[in-house]
Amino acid sequence: MNDLLKPLQINPDLARKIIVAFIREEITRVGFSRGILGLSGGIDSALVAYLAVEALGAENVTGILMPYRTSNPASRADAELVARQLGIATRVIEITPMVEPYLAQYVDAHPERSEAQSKERRRGNVMARARMIVLYDQSEALRALVIGTSNKTEALLGYTTQFGDNAAAIQPLADLYKFQVRQLARALNVPDAIIAKAPSADLWQGQTDEGELGFTYDDADAILYRLVDERRHADDVIALGFDARIVQRIVALMQRNQFKRVLSPVAKISARTVGADFLYNRDWGK
Amino acid sequence: MNFKIALAQFAPRLGDVNANLTRILGLIAQSRAHNADLVVFPELALTGYYVKDLQTQVAARPRADDPRFAPLLDASREIDIVIGFVEEDARYRYFISAAYLSAGRVAHIQRKVYLPTYRIFDDARFFAPGNSLRAFDTRLGRAGMMICEDAWHLSTPYVLWMDGADFLIDLSASPGYGVSDAELASAMSTDAFLRAYAELTTTFVIYCNRVGIEDGITFWGGSCVIAPDGAMIARAPQFEEALTCAEIDRDALRRARLRLPTLRDEQRELVRHELGRIAKRELSQ
Repeated sequence: MNDLLKPLQINPDLARKIIVAFIREEITRVGFSRGILGLSGGIDSALVAYLAVEALGAENVTGILMPYRTSNPASRADAELVARQLGIATRVIEITPMVEPYLAQYVDAHPERSEAQSKERRRGNVMARARMIVLYDQSEALRALVIGTSNKTEALLGYTTQFGDNAAAIQPLADLYKFQVRQLARALNVPDAIIAKAPSADLWQGQTDEGELGFTYDDADAILYRLVDERRHADDVIALGFDARIVQRIVALMQRNQFKRVLSPVAKISARTVGADFLYNRDWGK
Repeated sequence: MNFKIALAQFAPRLGDVNANLTRILGLIAQSRAHNADLVVFPELALTGYYVKDLQTQVAARPRADDPRFAPLLDASREIDIVIGFVEEDARYRYFISAAYLSAGRVAHIQRKVYLPTYRIFDDARFFAPGNSLRAFDTRLGRAGMMICEDAWHLSTPYVLWMDGADFLIDLSASPGYGVSDAELASAMSTDAFLRAYAELTTTFVIYCNRVGIEDGITFWGGSCVIAPDGAMIARAPQFEEALTCAEIDRDALRRARLRLPTLRDEQRELVRHELGRIAKRELSQ
């Protein structure tokens, strides 16, 4: 292991204990006993599935597989492997028939901006939001809360679709960096192949997170930890030997994507405004 | 006189005073069944921690004519009770308070002095700070109460110690964080300073922390009683509800103070003089 990642190491037993209790408590106290999650075949959703089964029991967890026609078949095989190992029910709901008419009519036929990148991003966002629609409808159908699969690295970088993959009732992993997700996944015996493969949103063929971001998760985690957890200045982090361009890009991404981490600003008119000075926990009275 | 303490480590339900009161009365009955002389509850046991804008709805006045306090005062005829709650005063200020109830009466109220407003805390947005720090006499001995953040200030146990407290009672709603070591980081910090207080002041330290989760914040429990020589004599589990009892041997105070006479040798006049000088200098700056 890279020495720069040493301070990020966690005690998996403690993290597991806290997260399992969190899933159980935050779901059952609001009157639910079941949870669902989008099972992509990747490490984040695999780990959440393992933790959710420990918290709620296999009979109370459903994995929703939502492939698109270009999705890598290996992703689906990995998702099914997780479901089989855990003995959880799955539902396969193809998003192709949902998104295809919209994409054909409004995205492919009318790329408002010429860059290919913009079109890819729009297509990817439409898919992520279609999956959100499926998950929230299945949540109602199965009386099961949506368990999120975001991690701290993607939340801080804003590497997520707002109201898409980041939409969830609870977020068990969102305070763990990708490096820590891997560590916890190993402790819970998530299949090695899933831990080892290159992370990918699988929104288009050949996409990898690291390829798209332009730096590795290990780099991002080591830098983010020093900026966010240790509250060091960017210059100080560069002085520690990190690549200045990567540090600056990470700082810019964090700032640019703050909007994905907060509720939308409300125009304040009245004496007491939702989101500003109407302050209650979600768990109020529960 | 030797006596028995019960630590009622439980998970209050946020904003549901009636449900909490029922739980609390049940735990008081259990403590009596264990022949405890004193039962200690965590900070804001009656209300939950993140009360925020609920403060006005969940508040109580520590008097017999308050429907939330009357049953607690009644129960205190049989056993002494330390309980954390939201206190409303006559001028509608709200405090995070601890009450010591005994023989059907309020023996003492301690208001939280240090209201944290950093990291995940925002106490001072909703509450007024206490402005006194006093030890008080109980049938079991002289005690002083600190509420969570108060105990992170070295001066709090010091003042209570100088005011004659032989029992430092810390009511807490301490969130767990930091999982890089064998033990939770917040547990290691708290254990370290509580042990230091007990040993340095040669007093009993009685710590009751809550458990449960509020909006993703996990309270870690680990309530304990530490003897005046720094030895841990009772320890509740982490993260789980538990009623943990400890036998208090009052003679341990005498033995510890013979071994380590910091109380006898403490130069409080010197401290007072130096603090006076420092305060005067700060005023003139």
